Amino acid sequence: MFLSSLIASPLVGALVLLLVENRDGRRDALVRGIALAASVLTFALTLAVWARFDPQQAGMQLVERRAWIPAFGIDYYIGVDGISLFLVVLTGFLTPLALLSSWEGVHRKVKSFAIFVLALESFMLGVFVALDLFLFYLFWDAMLIPMYFLIGIWGYERRIYAAVKFILYTMAGSVLMLVAIISLAYLHSVEHGTYSFDLFRLYELRLSPSLQFWLFLAFALAFAIKVPLVPFHTWLPDAHVQAPTAGSVILAGVLLKMGAYGLVRFAFPLFPDAAAFLAPHLAVLAVVGIVYGALVAMVQPDLKKLVAYSSVSHLGFVVLGIAAMNTQAVEGAIYQMLNHGVSTGALFIIVGMLSDRRHTRLIADFGGLKKVMPRLTAVFLIITLSSIGLPGLNGFVGEFLILLGAFRWNPRFATFAALGVILSAVYMLWMFQRVNYGEVTSHENARLSDLTGREWSAVGPAVVMAIVMGVFPTLFLRPMEPSVDELVRRVTSRQQTVVMNRLEPIVTSSLDVCR
Amino acid sequence: MPLTALMAVVPMICVTLTGIACMMAEAFRNRGERMPIGGLGVIGLAGAGIAAGALWGQNTTSFGVVQADNFGLFVTIVLVVIGLLTIAFSSQVLERDDVPSGEYYALTLFGLAGMILMATATDLLLIFLALEVLSLAVYVLTAIRRDSFAGAEAGFKYFLLGGFSSAFFLYGIAFAFGVTGSTRLDRIAAVLTSRAATEHPLMLVAMGLLLIGFGFKVSAVPFHMWTPDAYEGAPAVVAGFMSTGVKAAAFAAFARVFLSTLEPMRAAWMPALSAIAIATMILGTMVGVAQTGLKRMLAYSSIAHGGYLLVALVSGNEIGKAAILFYLLVYGLTNVGAFAIVALAGTRERGNDSLTDYAGLWHRHPTLATLMTIFLLSLGGFPPTAGFVAKWYVFSAAVGSGDYLLAIIGVLTSVVSVFFYLRVVVMMYMAEGAAEVSRPIVGPVAALALAVSAILIFYLGILPAQVMTLAADSIATIF
Repeated sequence: MFLSSLIASPLVGALVLLLVENRDGRRDALVRGIALAASVLTFALTLAVWARFDPQQAGMQLVERRAWIPAFGIDYYIGVDGISLFLVVLTGFLTPLALLSSWEGVHRKVKSFAIFVLALESFMLGVFVALDLFLFYLFWDAMLIPMYFLIGIWGYERRIYAAVKFILYTMAGSVLMLVAIISLAYLHSVEHGTYSFDLFRLYELRLSPSLQFWLFLAFALAFAIKVPLVPFHTWLPDAHVQAPTAGSVILAGVLLKMGAYGLVRFAFPLFPDAAAFLAPHLAVLAVVGIVYGALVAMVQPDLKKLVAYSSVSHLGFVVLGIAAMNTQAVEGAIYQMLNHGVSTGALFIIVGMLSDRRHTRLIADFGGLKKVMPRLTAVFLIITLSSIGLPGLNGFVGEFLILLGAFRWNPRFATFAALGVILSAVYMLWMFQRVNYGEVTSHENARLSDLTGREWSAVGPAVVMAIVMGVFPTLFLRPMEPSVDELVRRVTSRQQTVVMNRLEPIVTSSLDVCR
Repeated sequence: MPLTALMAVVPMICVTLTGIACMMAEAFRNRGERMPIGGLGVIGLAGAGIAAGALWGQNTTSFGVVQADNFGLFVTIVLVVIGLLTIAFSSQVLERDDVPSGEYYALTLFGLAGMILMATATDLLLIFLALEVLSLAVYVLTAIRRDSFAGAEAGFKYFLLGGFSSAFFLYGIAFAFGVTGSTRLDRIAAVLTSRAATEHPLMLVAMGLLLIGFGFKVSAVPFHMWTPDAYEGAPAVVAGFMSTGVKAAAFAAFARVFLSTLEPMRAAWMPALSAIAIATMILGTMVGVAQTGLKRMLAYSSIAHGGYLLVALVSGNEIGKAAILFYLLVYGLTNVGAFAIVALAGTRERGNDSLTDYAGLWHRHPTLATLMTIFLLSLGGFPPTAGFVAKWYVFSAAVGSGDYLLAIIGVLTSVVSVFFYLRVVVMMYMAEGAAEVSRPIVGPVAALALAVSAILIFYLGILPAQVMTLAADSIATIF
């Protein structure tokens, strides 16, 4: 019941909020308090999950299983392992920060806002712990609705366009995954006589390489859009820029990780042969994303857009790590997901603070903030450096592990990816310099106030985490290791060595059939 | 003849008797007197529901041509639910629009009686009779607002095209009779065991004509032309009633005729029906995108949903048959609710049909906007609503019989449909409303019905297992 209560706790908070009468926003303070309390409680529960987690074990822990739709072998089946554990903790960690970051920025319909954020948190936690593909898809799709409303109602000028684009883009990818999920369950019934959506039973299916190829594509498309991998990234700049701060924090911090998590948990281990065949192609897209994202970020005049494109670049590293599929690279990829959540989440919070004060997000409108807001500048600097990957801060560990693992797999990819590390330093530091150093060019900037207590509470924890994760990576890497090892073994041991040569003609022939 | 021989028609008789009672009540009603005539309908429908429950699993037959098997009874219960919701939403709207309530309820109940008969009939001629009973009731209901030109036009169009399709259907029955010597489904099936019969050219003609007749009633492309006009012109509650009730009854008979009697001719109708299903899904959603009126949009959406039901029909496996039943229930709950909100949000003078009329509804009436959102999300197939489970069920059926093309087109068109459902949501939540639009008033009965629909939609979306088992059991008796 432990994980179930974890999923339920934000929803309970949302239900309590439904009962609060808040006509004309008279009790906004109470509403915010309840929402924050619910999200902090959820965070405490995620920490309790961590505390109960046995780092020696590779398999699923805290498993709950109950028959749900027996006719189709669908179970309510949840659990955590080393791969999902910290994504759960990250979700719990970022949601209170997101709420705090929009404490004053969101001032109309506060109750609905809080309800949507809490519902979103519930569904996100569900995605990370679901071990039944039906349940997973349910959470995966349900999550779109609160995010759609968050962007569409509380976003910036082009919010409606961004919200609709977000939901249609993501849905278009995921519905094909739905067909693939149904096909898997059906194939299970062909092989074993009964339908099953149980992930671990589906792992054991024996699928022909050409079948794997198509199913992998259906899954990978859904995840590639979510990550997002170039060229499926065009929804991201719109959604990130137009979303309110809390929305951007959750989008960048947690939602993007679902795509990468999906690749690790579903696409690769379910279809190992297809994964082996397609991993280099995925890696090419990842490397292109790393360099392209960085180059585009460099020329952005808008702070939020810059951070959004930096996400494309950073997530490219994550996918590269997954594609390499060895223990170091995958551990690095998961670690990088956490890093990106912390540092990009914090960057969006900081940008939100600036735009709340100045009602602009253009880099050119700022300058010399160090003189006016020294504390904010200090926090900004730490987060910027963590995003670049300075040793001693969190970003370094992830990128290093990924590059190490990728080098062992294919040195060319690692070489190109390393270019992204340099580029990220260029665009981040250049942006930081233009915003914070130099003379105070605008008189409006001269009167800005520094961090308030509430803002410290929103951004402080992220700064602490950036340092802790940079200095004590083993704290996080050790619980991951057994699960990651097992995953890598599962994927690579079932790959038939001859598959590379064998798959190619099959794929071309099945492409011919389609023609 | 012993009374037990009448058992299978008891649900229909309950509804018919109260329909007659409604007519009588209207005759004795003084001008301006208020009478709870809708209550009579509720009693009749409750009786039908209870009778259907009592007959469950008994597989009784009356006159040899009405069979109360679980399949028919499941559809009967769906129809009872649709009828109850329609009556609950109507009372308030009828008073506002000054529609004579006795006539309205009598016609609704007669229509329902025809639908129930259609779902349980096992003779082509009786199916035709039921079809005519329900159609006539619905034609008149479409044009029931005598002060509305649009309504009269819609009713007339619907009547002409409907009459046309009935002729096709009847002609098909004649050919089937010519080949097999009977109009009873079991006897036709008995003849169709040999190849000589299934490949008989006249039997193919009969099948094609029946297909056209059913195609009209379930508004499958290319026989859908009447749908947008009829739904747009009809009062919104009536549109909700006919988009769900007629579809449920017609699909029940469609499935009964094609999946059991004409099953040996599958090779002949499968390709045609697949093509129709694909065209219906694509056209319904693509044209739906271009609509600016909510009722027209919901009309195209109901065409598209007909397409998804056809996918289940084409797949023809156990899952598909059960999926039809589940889908009809879910679609009934959702679509009646969506049309009801259109009705409630309007006024006597203004139908509030344009999408822009819904701008800022969330600010004027948050509860109504939230309920509309739930209905639209369910129509769009989002979890955790029932619409998701229903679509998933249908696509499972398609995958189970290897129809990947149908499944893929189905999921992709449902993404397109999400686009137009969300346009309403955008209007309600993200646009500022005009100041002069008044806040809609929702009476207690309608509010209760809306709440019940919404709760059922979530119930069927989160815990569908029991109803799915029920649906799966229902098909075991006939196919």
